[in-house]
Amino acid sequence: MSTQVPETETEAETEAEPAGESHQERRMADKAARREYRESEKKAEAELRAAEESVHLKVFRYDPEVEDKQEPRFDDFYVPYTKGMTVLDALMYARDHYDSSLTFRHSCRQAVCGSDAMFVNGRQRLCCKTQLSEMAEPVRIEPLPHQDVVKDLVVDMEHFYDQMHAVEPYFQSEDVPTEEQRQSRENREKIKMSTRCIWCGACMSSCNIAAGDNEYLGPAAINKAYRFYMDEREDEEELKEHRLRILEQEHGVWRCQTQFSCTEVCPKDIPLTEHIQELKREAVKNNLKFW
Amino acid sequence: MSQSYNRGLVEDFGRWKEFSAGMWAWIFHKFTGWVLVGYLFTHIAVLSTAIPAQQGEMVTNSAGEQVDVYTNTLTLLESTFVVRLLEVGLLAVAVFHILNGIRLLLVDLGIGLESQDKTFYASLVLTGAIVIASVPTFMAGIGGA
Ligand code: HEM
Ligand code: SF4
Ligand code: FES
Repeated sequence: MSTQVPETETEAETEAEPAGESHQERRMADKAARREYRESEKKAEAELRAAEESVHLKVFRYDPEVEDKQEPRFDDFYVPYTKGMTVLDALMYARDHYDSSLTFRHSCRQAVCGSDAMFVNGRQRLCCKTQLSEMAEPVRIEPLPHQDVVKDLVVDMEHFYDQMHAVEPYFQSEDVPTEEQRQSRENREKIKMSTRCIWCGACMSSCNIAAGDNEYLGPAAINKAYRFYMDEREDEEELKEHRLRILEQEHGVWRCQTQFSCTEVCPKDIPLTEHIQELKREAVKNNLKFW
Repeated sequence: MSQSYNRGLVEDFGRWKEFSAGMWAWIFHKFTGWVLVGYLFTHIAVLSTAIPAQQGEMVTNSAGEQVDVYTNTLTLLESTFVVRLLEVGLLAVAVFHILNGIRLLLVDLGIGLESQDKTFYASLVLTGAIVIASVPTFMAGIGGA
């Protein structure tokens, strides 16, 4: 996990300038920003020379709004390595010292917010949870596959969020409970892993079926449905039926072909395939009533 | 998924080195399944020569003897090295499909999901062993044997 505080946060805001400034002032500000930037670059050079080890990053670059970035390419960055450095730390170093236009999402830096899932060395990984020391060099960093790239390493997550919402991820009991709703220990254990999801989208990106079928709910959404379906505190028969109907539709659980790709990449170690398979069996049990 | 430009080899088979065990199992299973379907039709075509043979249709074989069509087809095929090789291949494909099929059925029942990669490797190894053991039988009377 990323525990380091980046030394330099000299990111100069060159774009968001308050309106009404004179041309002169703006130019001065621009110049100051450029100067600051040159300094941080020099500092990086010195740090790189001083460092015992450096890491070579190959980073995917693309920006439809900038002319010379419309053609996707890979940029090389050399980052001084410090013990415990994560892929996210390295990316932040590159952005803060070499190219402030390098764009990627991150926030918590401790595998909680789910914003920095990327395709690192051919696999969906959470950058803040991935130690550089475990990566072969050059470390190739790309945006999540099977999602549209907005800019550099940022992908459009809208579709993923739509699928997450499609399973109605909230309790729907009509009656307001009169007393505290208790959950048995066993039931808590049952749904424990499924509640861990941080909505990073790594699983969906790794799924070859989701890539081919845009309407497939995908592992994360099915896991989310599992979390509610299995929760004993929502115990109305109709609600269970309702949830199963969403899951067993054409683009629901039956699309899964047990490739295990999602389970392999999930940074929270959720047994996604297991949960999908369990819901498949629930759907069958519900529809075949011989007994 | 519409992508307005080429993202290089991200989704490509060129990245096969990065595929995980479960993915390989899936690819092999699909492939072997369809090979078996293909074999089914060839098999029907070959066996169909038994129908005219039943009605007494005879042909002259390479040695100049009069034999029925079915016997002629089969002896011809079985004397070809390539056919023997294909038979070994067919066995490999069928054995893998059955073993991995059993693995998939267990996965469907929720049994041993944590060791799904190991069971895949096990079915590969077992397939290899069975196929190698079968070679003497399949190659009997042809080539060196
Ligand atoms: C004991 C023998 C067999 C077993 C245990 C078996 C098992 C299976 C299983 C479990 C699947 C589903 C895979 C999944 O979930 O994605 C499957 C798929 C398939 N099997 Fe078999 N199978 C057997 C024999 C055959 C034979 C003889 C053929 C051909 C005639 C065949 C052709 C296929 C094909 C084409 C598929 C892929 C279907 C698809 O595209 O989804 N199988 N097999
Ligand atoms: S299930 Fe795992 S991989 Fe998928 S979105 Fe949630 S945390 Fe990410
Ligand atoms: S930055 Fe929040 S999960 Fe990585």
